[in-house]
Amino acid sequence: MLLQYIAMRVVQLIPMALVVTMVVFFVMMIVPGDPVMVMLGAVEGAQISEEVYNAMRARLGLDQPLIVQYVNWLWNVLQGDFGTSLTYRTPALEVILHRLVPTMYLMVGGLIIAVIIAVPAGVLSAIHNNTKWDHLATGFVILGITVPTFWLALVAILIFAVYLGWFPSIGYTPPQKDFVGFLSHLTLPMTVVALNIAATVLRFQRQDFLEQMHQDYVRTARAKGLSERSVMWKHVLRNSLITTLTVVGLQMAYVSGLITIVETVFNYPGIGYLLLNSIHTRDFVVVQGVVLFMVFLVIVVNLLVDILYAAVDPRIRYR
Amino acid sequence: MEMEARATDDCSVSERPPSPSLSVTRTVIAFVRSDRRAMVGSILFLLYIAIALLGPSITLYDSDSPNLAVRMQGPSWAHWLGTDRIGRDVLTRIIAGAQVSLQIAVGAVVVALILGAPLGALGSYLGGAVDSLVQRVMDAIMAFPSLVLALALVALAGPSVIMLWFAIAFSSIPRYARLVRSGVLAQKEREYVYAAQAMGQSPMRILLRQILPNIMAPIAVQLTLDFARAIGVEAALSYLGLGMSAPYISWGTMIRDAQDFLEVAPWLAIFPGLALAGVIMAFTLLADALRDRMDPRLRRSLSTLGQSSAISHADHPRVLGS
Repeated sequence: MLLQYIAMRVVQLIPMALVVTMVVFFVMMIVPGDPVMVMLGAVEGAQISEEVYNAMRARLGLDQPLIVQYVNWLWNVLQGDFGTSLTYRTPALEVILHRLVPTMYLMVGGLIIAVIIAVPAGVLSAIHNNTKWDHLATGFVILGITVPTFWLALVAILIFAVYLGWFPSIGYTPPQKDFVGFLSHLTLPMTVVALNIAATVLRFQRQDFLEQMHQDYVRTARAKGLSERSVMWKHVLRNSLITTLTVVGLQMAYVSGLITIVETVFNYPGIGYLLLNSIHTRDFVVVQGVVLFMVFLVIVVNLLVDILYAAVDPRIRYR
Repeated sequence: MEMEARATDDCSVSERPPSPSLSVTRTVIAFVRSDRRAMVGSILFLLYIAIALLGPSITLYDSDSPNLAVRMQGPSWAHWLGTDRIGRDVLTRIIAGAQVSLQIAVGAVVVALILGAPLGALGSYLGGAVDSLVQRVMDAIMAFPSLVLALALVALAGPSVIMLWFAIAFSSIPRYARLVRSGVLAQKEREYVYAAQAMGQSPMRILLRQILPNIMAPIAVQLTLDFARAIGVEAALSYLGLGMSAPYISWGTMIRDAQDFLEVAPWLAIFPGLALAGVIMAFTLLADALRDRMDPRLRRSLSTLGQSSAISHADHPRVLGS
């Protein structure tokens, strides 16, 4: 039953994945300049004979109808061929994968810390609704949502790197080389990412917990004579964690944007920083690759959340 | 604000309020006084709009002319928020920046509404293949990280006011399409629509005159939220070096330029950031208060995400990335 459900979800994703790749493919069409001339290495206004031009055009497949070009391109992407980076002169996928590890540390670390902060804080502010503690949590949520990330990152650098000197302001060290250096480089960017995600998770956790507290099963659990603590932290929390999971899944698209900004501020060599650098060096093959990669990450994480969701809650599978 | 008053009334009865202008003013005042978020939000909002509209006419200095005699000075009586690396007054530049952010954000929100709402109406009206095609395309757009998509669009096409409008609006289009679609679907079967049909009104007229006023409330909330988002994205793009270049003054660009002087002149980065946070906060608080005020059910449906997606799970991927 679960397998069947997973298969159904994957099949449902296919049209969406097709549209996503079409959007990426056609957006790239608006790159100014003629790719044929670029590949010929011709300067603006240079005289190129028609034969040479047409030969290059045919070699690049640009003489084919647009739809054929798209299918060819998609076929290559599916085989992991994102094209060759114009600046690095290596396959774009290789360049991206190389930068993926630092991003994963930042992203996964940030998500974990965010959940560790936000879930208990959300539960507490729901249980102690309308107290000082709740208002404090609400204040944190408002600040977390409204303060621009890049500015928060700069203020963090100003306070903890420039004034206090506790952490390096920018850069990255691989953990296998120097673990302490790795942690001290990771701390500031990861905190910024975590605080940002935590605000949203806290908000939903609190709201959902408030809703759950008035459900019938809570009354039943109380009537059974369970202690208030066990009702809240075992029964209600377990149910509202499903929501938290969904929220984290839904946040993935946002998180990719967040990562891009944070990595840029901290000169942290992940795929977000790579994206920005490639934009500035006009390496559109890599730009396209990173965008595709991020979108697929979003889709895959949401698929995983769906599957996990169905595994936890059997009602979904029987629909 | 007018939308809000009308929508509030429409929640209970689908008639227009008797004397619009009076009840609008009253409703707005009552609303602002009833809710702290609305109070703080509207004060900041009015301040921002006033500054953006009055702009250069209320400042002592010129936002663009350098004055090397006073470069890199901290806050003082002459220059309340200090001066930058070529002696331009920071407060003056922040005020000028308000205008730019307003211009970009209004445009972006309007573009998103104009493109998204008809798509949603079209889908819900025609149904069938058109509807599911529109829905699939909207799902796909939702899967894109909005900032990354805007980055790519601006990077490819080069920054201009219109390009920024579209780049920032693009990822909001599905939100309006979806709001209008679900609103129309919900209203389509109501008596007043049947009555209008029986009276021989055209579908277009029914959509615009009957259904639209009734789904204005969630759209107004979304517009307010999107406004905050648009201002944030514009600043982020400028910070990343992909926004409007000089002579346009963007808060994001100011912060970007200030980055190199963080140690010696932190105020250059701090004040534009505070302005930015204040404006985003204004719109976020207003949207939040509006949502609760107009339709308490809206809030519930948002917070019961987990519960409701268990029921309407087939719809789940549509909320991707929202």
